[in-house]
Amino acid sequence: MAGKTEAILARKGEIMKRALGMDYAQFERSPIAFDYEAMMAAHGYSLEDIIRIQLAAGVGKTPLLELRNLTDLIRSYAEPGHGARLFVKDEAANMAGSFKDRRASISIHVAKEKGYAGVIAATSGNYGAAVSSQAARASLNCIIVQEAFDSRHVGQPEIIEKSRICEAFGAEVVQLTVGPELFSHMLELLDETGYLAASLYSAFGISGIESLGWEIAEEMTALTGAPPTHVVVTHAGGGNTTGTARGLRRAGATSTHVVSASVDLSGLHMASDTDFNRKSFTTGHTGFGVPFATWPDRADVPRNAARALRYMDRYLTVTQGEVFYVTEAMAKLEGLERGPSGNTAMAAAMSLARDLPRDATVVVQETEYTGAGKHHWAQLNFARANGVEVRAGDPTESVPGTSIVIPERPEQIRAKDFDMGKLRRSYVRNALAHAGEGYTPTSEDIEFLAADIHSDAESVEAIIAALKEA
Amino acid sequence: MTETTRCAPGDWVEVESILLEPADRAANLPEDTAAQPLRMWVKGFARAAAAVGEQLTVETMTGRDVSGALTEVNPGYFHTFGKPAPELTAVGRDLRARVAAYRKAGG
Repeated sequence: MAGKTEAILARKGEIMKRALGMDYAQFERSPIAFDYEAMMAAHGYSLEDIIRIQLAAGVGKTPLLELRNLTDLIRSYAEPGHGARLFVKDEAANMAGSFKDRRASISIHVAKEKGYAGVIAATSGNYGAAVSSQAARASLNCIIVQEAFDSRHVGQPEIIEKSRICEAFGAEVVQLTVGPELFSHMLELLDETGYLAASLYSAFGISGIESLGWEIAEEMTALTGAPPTHVVVTHAGGGNTTGTARGLRRAGATSTHVVSASVDLSGLHMASDTDFNRKSFTTGHTGFGVPFATWPDRADVPRNAARALRYMDRYLTVTQGEVFYVTEAMAKLEGLERGPSGNTAMAAAMSLARDLPRDATVVVQETEYTGAGKHHWAQLNFARANGVEVRAGDPTESVPGTSIVIPERPEQIRAKDFDMGKLRRSYVRNALAHAGEGYTPTSEDIEFLAADIHSDAESVEAIIAALKEA
Repeated sequence: MTETTRCAPGDWVEVESILLEPADRAANLPEDTAAQPLRMWVKGFARAAAAVGEQLTVETMTGRDVSGALTEVNPGYFHTFGKPAPELTAVGRDLRARVAAYRKAGG
């Protein structure tokens, strides 16, 4: 690696300590365990504070809509007595068009309070738009670092739109070709500017999503008399699942099932220059969803506040074609034209609702804005232009990067369960590997791991024993 | 439309530079990525006059100076919706008919 890169990575700890606005060392307990709740509470904001900050920033209190036409469609082919009521939280109604405004609003508030002159975030997604918009309102400078192009300088239409909207909000957008070295360049920028690192994975950001779960529980109780039986969350880095679930719990919705959903992109390498433009989803997919669930601390913060396995009751995957079909169906049946990535959970929810009794209530907890480029037609045209076969048929026949198979009938929308046991084992294996060879987990470590995988001490010990034998 | 190939000081432009040559890239990259340089594009206000391809320093929206080869003057966005996907054009018609039939049957 270049000397320049090595030099900046060697100073990572020092740069991030200043840029994160928080010292993470105080929460460490052992090579495995840290005090997660203390880290989440360290910013000192109550949920009421967060809601107040967000309302002032034009964020939150989005419409919760019942989808009666989609519900009846599902009931038309569900088994008798089945077909849950379907709802959606229309997060596209936030200022910059997605739930990411909730995340950004708290980071920007902190940056302003602590006197930073600006913020930096590494994201090719809606978070960039959210940070740029909130920074503009707070009169802060903003740099968004994007993995935008392959080596031919060709970019996904969805990412090009994200570059545009960030620049529309006055951000400086740094566009890079494919590669994880984006992180070292972000460090250089943080070092040069002294700005706050508005990480997607900070406690500020994740706390900002808690208001979403809280609103869903409150609004569903007002509408139906009880919190929802199920909430379906599009899952990538884990923040959406974590923040929403924490908010539901804060509102007392402890029996609500939290179901995460991702688009299946298995087989595609996330750091591959050629695979980069052979996928039609830039987020909400298994390429982020699985590695972040099984090792959250791979993030750009010392300890990731987004810990999806802590909160996930089930993990469903759907295909790209199913999500595009559902995106079209939502527009035509419900008058909701929204961006495809955010509809990942909607595709999973249609499959889930079909198998649940009619009195169950399923809330899809977000939508995202749509527009030129960030649209299912644009994505499908781009896929075709990049050699991906697009056809109608049985979506189970699709191969990520090679073919997108669009269902011919809604009955063909069938989400698949990802093996939670596999995710949990993989997480424990990663935690042990990062603790270092020869480290023996203490009882406090076992307790931490059990909480972090939403399980119990006995199961963690069984996983560790099995790993030792392997 | 003729592309502008020269910028004047103060023009809104884009510059390109190479952050890492292939030999300097991170370990463990897939082969296809490792064979390519890590390139960067940044937009800003030109500090000087230049022709496309010439080295130039720009002042970005945050006031930083960034240097690179001039790629475009007044760069725009040309992403679009494109043609409807034929696999999706009948979805609205068909699903509306199914919902109507279900309701007519007393569902």
